[in-house]
Parts: sequence; C-alpha cells; structure tokens
Amino acid sequence: MSRSAIIDAIRRNKPAAPAPLPGIPVFANDGADMLETFIATAETGGSQVIRISDSRDIGTALSIRFPDAGIIASPLLFIDTHINLEAVQNPAELEQVDIAVIRGGPGVAENGAIWISEADCMHRVLPFICQHLFVLLDPAGIVQNMHQAYERIRIEKQGFGVFIAGPSKTADIEQSLVTGAQAARSLTIFLTAFSDSK
Amino acid sequence: MMEHAQKASRFIENESRTDWHDASLWFIRTKRDRVAHNIPEWEQLRELASQIKDNVLANLDAYLEQFEAQALKNGVKVHWAADAEAHNRIVHDILAGHGVRRLVKSKSMLTEECHLNEYLSRQGIEVVDTDLGERIIQLREEPPSHIVMPAIHLKKEEIGELFYEKLHTEKGATDPAYLTEAARRHLREKFVGADAAITGVNFAVAETGGVVVCTNEGNADMGVHLAPLQIHCMGIEKIIPRAADLGVFTRLLARSATGQPVTIYTSHYHRPGPGREMHIVIVDNGRSAQLGRPDFRNSLKCIRCGACMNTCPVYRRSGGHSYGYTIPGPIGSILTPGIDLKKYGDLPFASSLCGSCSDVCPVRIDIHQQLYRWRQVVVKEGGLPLVKRLVLNGAAWMLSRPAVYGFFGKLMRKAMRRLPRRFLYNRFNEWGKGRELPEPPRQSFNEWHKQNRSRS
Repeated sequence: MSRSAIIDAIRRNKPAAPAPLPGIPVFANDGADMLETFIATAETGGSQVIRISDSRDIGTALSIRFPDAGIIASPLLFIDTHINLEAVQNPAELEQVDIAVIRGGPGVAENGAIWISEADCMHRVLPFICQHLFVLLDPAGIVQNMHQAYERIRIEKQGFGVFIAGPSKTADIEQSLVTGAQAARSLTIFLTAFSDSK
Repeated sequence: MMEHAQKASRFIENESRTDWHDASLWFIRTKRDRVAHNIPEWEQLRELASQIKDNVLANLDAYLEQFEAQALKNGVKVHWAADAEAHNRIVHDILAGHGVRRLVKSKSMLTEECHLNEYLSRQGIEVVDTDLGERIIQLREEPPSHIVMPAIHLKKEEIGELFYEKLHTEKGATDPAYLTEAARRHLREKFVGADAAITGVNFAVAETGGVVVCTNEGNADMGVHLAPLQIHCMGIEKIIPRAADLGVFTRLLARSATGQPVTIYTSHYHRPGPGREMHIVIVDNGRSAQLGRPDFRNSLKCIRCGACMNTCPVYRRSGGHSYGYTIPGPIGSILTPGIDLKKYGDLPFASSLCGSCSDVCPVRIDIHQQLYRWRQVVVKEGGLPLVKRLVLNGAAWMLSRPAVYGFFGKLMRKAMRRLPRRFLYNRFNEWGKGRELPEPPRQSFNEWHKQNRSRS
C-alpha cells in the first residue's frame, strides 16, 4: 500500500535533529489606525468602501452604486431580493445573479481582506458567481493583520471559508491588470455596525 | 536532449523581446520589494516561515498522519500516491467512478508535474484549465513558462491571435480587458457544465485536516462550488502544522509572488458541501527521496511563490521554457537534479551564483548554495559535457604547474597581439562569443614584481 510506503520513506529519510515549532507573535502595533489603514488598502486593492451609519440605508446605497442592477440575491433578511436562495437547488442557477449582498468579518487592515464563511453565503459559490459582490463589515471587526485574523476565526468551524480582498482580477496578459476575471467584477464594502440588524 | 544554454541562446536571438521579458519580471521584483519593505517584521516572518518548515520536515510523517485523521473526520476521502503514475490513476478512478466527462482545473504545478491533463485527455475526459494564463498555454499546447504567471512569455498580440482562432474574438484584437472578458464568458460556460473540479493546494493544515488554495481570479472556487465533486492534489511537503501558521505564510506568499499584500481569494476547504464529495490526493513522486538528501532537503520548504524566478538574471533572460521542466528558474534547478541527474544536470549551471534567489526566498532556502553543491555532484558523477571537462582538466593541469603556466602566459600575451582575429575568435572560443578579449598586458604580475623589487 502506497500510504505506508510513503510514510516509511519519510521516516527513514527525515532529518534526525529535532526542529522545534516556533511560537508566532501577533506583531500588533498599538498606535495604528486600523480603520483608516483598512480603507486605504482595500481601495488600493480595487474595492469600493462606503460608510453607512444605519444598515437600513443599504438598499438605497445599493441602488446608488448600481442603478441598473438586475437580480439581487442575499441571505440577509433586511435586503430586498429577487431570488429565494433557500429554494435554489443547483448552484449553477446563481449564474443569473447580478448583485450578492452578504456579511463578513473580521476585516484585515494590512491587506483589505474580509473573512467570509459558508454561513454568511448560504451557497458557497454565491460570492464568486455573482457579477458584483457587496460585503457588510462591522468596523469593530477590523483587525490589524493576518495573525490577529486567524486568532479570531476557526477555519475548520465551517466546511468552507474564504478571505476576499477585492474583485476577481488577473494580470496574465502582458502584466496588464484587468478586474473581472472569472469571479465577481467588483467588491463594494459597506462599513456599518450591524451587530443586531440581522 | 537540448541543454538550457542552447535553448537560452535561441531565446535571446530576439533582443528586444528578451529585454521585454527581462523588464516584465524585474517590474514584479520591484513590486515585491515595495510591499515587503512596508512590513517592519518582514525578515522575522521569513525566519519564522523557515523554522516552521524545518519543523515540518523533521516531523513530516506524524503531520501527514494527523492531517489524514482530521480530514477523514471531516468527511473527506484521502488517497496516497507514491508517484505520478499512481496519482493520475487515482484521480482517473475517482472521476470514472462518478462518470465525469468534463473537468475544470485551477492551477496546480503538481498535476503539471504528473502530466495529468494528457493522461485524462487520453481517457476521453475534457480537461479545462481555468486560470487565464493556464488556459492560454493549454490552448497553445505548451507548458507553463512560470509557476505563478504561466503565460509571462507571451505578447498580447499572440494571445489575441490565439483567442481569434479558438474563442472567436475579433481579428487583430489585443486589448487585455477585451481578451479577459472573452475568456471569462468562455470559462463560465465551462464552470457551469463541469462534472468535477480539481485544484492544487497551497497549504494543508495538519491540525484541522483542511486545505488552503490561493487565487486572484476566483477560478478555484468557481470550479469547486459548482461541480458536485472536488479533488485537491497536494505534494507531501504542503503540510503546515497549525491554522496559526497560515498567518505567517499568507503574509509572505502574495507579497513575494506578485507584490500584492495578499491574493484576492484565500480559500479554506474543510468539508464537502451537502450531498457532495471532497477528495484529497497526497503525492510523493520523489519528494521523500529529496528529504533523504541532507544537502538538498531544504528545497522542500518551497511555497511556489516564484520570487526566485523574477529576480534571477539568468531566468529573466532565458525564459522558463529553456529549463525543460515544470518548475523552472533557480528553485527548479535544485529540485530537478534529484529527479534525474542526467537529464537535468546542466540546470545547476544555469546560474551566475549571485545569490539573489536566496535573498528573496520567503522561506529562506539557500538556493544558490544548493546550486553550487549540485554542480559538485554533477562533476563527480561525470555529468559535465566533454568540452567543458577537457577545458577544466587542462586548466587544472596547467594552473597547478607554475612553470607551464608562466610559459603559456608569455606565449598568449604575444600571440594575442599578433594573431589575426579569426584565430582568436572562432567556434573554440566560447567566451569570445559576444565579448571582446581583454587587452593583453605587456608583462605578467610576476615579471613586474621581479623588475620593480630589484629596482628598490
């Protein structure tokens, strides 16, 4: 059986000297303004950041950003949608979705990424297959760097989770940056305190 | 088998194109420098990454067993493949068991290494690479020339021509945005119609039994979440011990690779979706043998960022295809001799030993030292080409005999002044190709020293 053959070969060949696993510092810098840094890095990465003081205004903000939006999908109850996500059997049906609105967090100041887990999307493919993605992020849920982000989440808690740091992009043709490769063409981040709005 | 030097000399025939290739890669190197310098703890992160990988190599058997146990607990099916052939067979068996006809793949250097696409195509399965660069080279029927930017060697005019032929874009169209949009439409059709998705693996977390895949295009997720069957193929060295280690590696990977602060998508797969299946194939294919070579085992720390390629003066001016292996550049040149010393023995010589690769490596692999050590192995095994061997043996003989050396020195100083050009610059003078010999001095240092000391 190849499993035992591989494990045996590793056991024979691995270095004899012990190599202790290092502890990982958090590298946090107390003075940093995480919100400002987050907005700056997210925008550099091609995301749009919009501050919203009342989460009930999200619908208005959506229609300002994309007045001609087609089908809107969201697992969030306070968003007006055109599609009942619970009724979707085959995820390929979501190809028609123009705009998806989901919650995410924590957000990471050093790179503009936001953690989104399966529970936030209802369908794993939703944040990728939609044409435009909107993520609601609570500013209180912004951390400085990836070390702190991984401290906050448990990656195995759900079957799937992803850090998203901007719109789908590619530079595979002569290093020219093009947004809208295979997945969502744009990422808009709504910064809003939403702890009790679901 | 054509050597790196021969293929490289063909590559540089087109000088402006060589300059363009060189500049494209150097641009990425400078982007990498900018983002790396933004992180005060950058060097500390590299050291941590290196230490974590040392720990992984010293405990790889235990971590793999832990990873497997956790993955099984998560409802994932785990397979082990000793070599490329076993890997391809296992993947095909899984696909055949589900009646898969159409397969989408995101980037995986491992499956390139195993030539999975060719294998599955022969069995009648349609394989579509979904990373844009990978799709381009797949349509051109050629291998990737870079591990992060597979089509870095191509001009937009060539891609426009290719898309006109294969995807029916407008004739003469070269706008990257237009071509990318055409690929998006083409690939979305493939995603929706796929029966299964295969991805590579950036990191496999022993503690949680999940795998992490990094992309900028989102193509791994489009494939995995739409198809009812997902397969992740990983080399044994992809293991990291803890979820917390991802903090270190995700901070290093994209910054080193493309100069981005992080890849757009960093996806963590732990369990299949409801009613779906998730498989992980763990592949050795020569890695455990490399682990047994103390001088070279460090090469297994590689996280495939490609930084060593972007900085390498030889890679930048010879192109990835000159190396003749899936993983080109400095890291490829220390991985390949262990696979086949005869076939790849010239690659450790495709370097100036400047050490820039080691300087940018995010896991601090001593790449240039290993290149130097592989050269010694190649020489010991009699792997040097005849001419090089004769010249070096002749030089060793002469240089260890001061009288002979002095005689030939005198002879050459005279000869170089008097002989016509064609005697000095011909096919025997490799060095003189594209270079001028230095002006010969009137006397040797020895002669000068004697003369001047006697005067004082």
